[in-house]
Amino acid sequence: MFYRENGQFKTTYAADQQIFTIAQDKWFVLGVIAFAFLVVPMLADEYMFRAILIPFLILSLAALGVNLLVGYCGQITLGAGAFMAVGAYAAYNFLIRIDGMPLIAALLLGGLVSAGMGILFGIPSLRVRGLYLAVATLAAQFFCDWAFLRIKWFTNDSASGSVSISELNVFGWIIDSPTEKYLFCLAFIVLFAIIGKNLTRATIGRQWMAIRDMDVAAEVIGIRPMYAKLSAFAVSSFFVGVAGALWGFVHLGSWEPAAFSVDRSFQLLFMVIIGGLGSILGSFFGAAFIVVLPIFLNQFLPALGSLFGIAISTAAVSHAELIIFGSLIVFFLIVEPHGLARLWAIAKEKLRLWPFPH
Amino acid sequence: MSRQIGDVILDLQSISLRFGGVKALTDISFDIREHEVRAIIGPNGAGKSSMLNVINGVYHPQDGKILYRGVERKKMEPHMAASTGIARTFQNIALFKGMSVLDNIMTGRTLKMKSNLLLQALWFGPAQKEELEHRRKVEEIIDFLEIQHIRKTPVGRLPYGLQKRVDLGRALAMEPQILLLDEPMAGMNVEEKQDMCRFILDVNDQFGTTIVLIEHDMGVVMDISDRVVVLDYGKKIGDGLPDEVRANPEVIKAYLGAGH
Repeated sequence: MFYRENGQFKTTYAADQQIFTIAQDKWFVLGVIAFAFLVVPMLADEYMFRAILIPFLILSLAALGVNLLVGYCGQITLGAGAFMAVGAYAAYNFLIRIDGMPLIAALLLGGLVSAGMGILFGIPSLRVRGLYLAVATLAAQFFCDWAFLRIKWFTNDSASGSVSISELNVFGWIIDSPTEKYLFCLAFIVLFAIIGKNLTRATIGRQWMAIRDMDVAAEVIGIRPMYAKLSAFAVSSFFVGVAGALWGFVHLGSWEPAAFSVDRSFQLLFMVIIGGLGSILGSFFGAAFIVVLPIFLNQFLPALGSLFGIAISTAAVSHAELIIFGSLIVFFLIVEPHGLARLWAIAKEKLRLWPFPH
Repeated sequence: MSRQIGDVILDLQSISLRFGGVKALTDISFDIREHEVRAIIGPNGAGKSSMLNVINGVYHPQDGKILYRGVERKKMEPHMAASTGIARTFQNIALFKGMSVLDNIMTGRTLKMKSNLLLQALWFGPAQKEELEHRRKVEEIIDFLEIQHIRKTPVGRLPYGLQKRVDLGRALAMEPQILLLDEPMAGMNVEEKQDMCRFILDVNDQFGTTIVLIEHDMGVVMDISDRVVVLDYGKKIGDGLPDEVRANPEVIKAYLGAGH
């Protein structure tokens, strides 16, 4: 009833090219952002921040990066974990090797190095596509796993192979409480989501989508495939690299190469597929689904068992968690192959016309 | 008509194209004059689409020269051909299915958009201004093609005739010198064909765009084209005014068989 665009006339093209062309959408999203900044810190406890909210935010950012490449440009990648690792280790090295390097600059430089790696490992995309490209990007994963494990320089010659960040200092603001970490990540994610949205509605985003939808036609109207594909790899890896740096610095604090294994790459790809390919919002849905659902099942299954008077052991819970999680993914992909974002879009479409069917 | 047929804009000289042992085009020469409507006709498999693919750089002929405005063209990629002002539409519509009509046509403006990645990321200053400027141009094309009502619709949902129109719109957004149309009227009913003919003639007349047209509907070809070249089995068998071509015995043989 209240979700209507009636009476919202646009008299300029600028008004028609806003991110949210319907006023209710704009207020809703602004409301969610305000809620996340102001209300959530008061409500959530430490466990909530550490186990759910911070991982959710950082993985959303990584999923957003992967979505730019896979969902918008149509270039499949299995190397996202590697680019997270590159971002994290590069940021770490910038921070410890250059005196007085500000934290934010280190994080962004980590992203830039990751972007460079993305371009390098994106070069095969000029020749191969689909599954073959996936295999080529998998090479990035194995290369990085090897490099960060074996080349001691990257880990500052630490004996155990793990590196750690002593304190997070943003221009004098020491980030140590979970709430501060959450707010720090949240600020990053909001900023990057806006950047992602801007890119996808600008000419570069259209070039990516053109390459995704019909590459011959794209080339015929003057899009350089090399520029479009490699820029998608670069921007995507930048996002993923910054996410990786945040993951290492803010979420983990100290980490080993195993933190960015091939499992992470698959996880990010699943997030994008479940959330919705080619949708900024979908990246958040996908991350929420993958991060929150296992935790929810973990809590919910024993409760369900006790309801029927059955005590479920922790081992059984963790097995059941995997089974249910896996079958839910399959179910979703069959019912809605375009992901949660499409369900959301359909719901909005219906709501606009409600209570009428057409 | 106000338009004046000008000099030769594109001169194709003894073009030969082979795929392995298959000869798609053999020693074909013809020219295209500025502002004219030039039709390429021929039975199925005659090499018409291959000819267009040679013109816009998708295929590279093994022999022959292409002179564009009197200058010999080097081997080029499709996007380079596009930047010299050659646009085309496709036989089996090649629109960007996931994007709206508006975005599809906006994509046609890619070559004219110059703002850098960083400004686009921030949607700031020149990038935003550019976006608005091109939106205005695109809206002109949308008006011209009478597709205002579907500008926000994803093209995948549109009926065939409208998709063809959007395909034309996307090519027009490039403001091309030469527009290659690969069977723009295939599979259309009479009204849709009439609309499409009107658009093609208007483009030719108002913007002075040179048009190279592949079409099977002989009525349409004879009506709207200035000159016609006929291909059969990769060879040129006729070239000239529509009436000359119609009277050419070789052309009649190719179309109707030897026993005629």
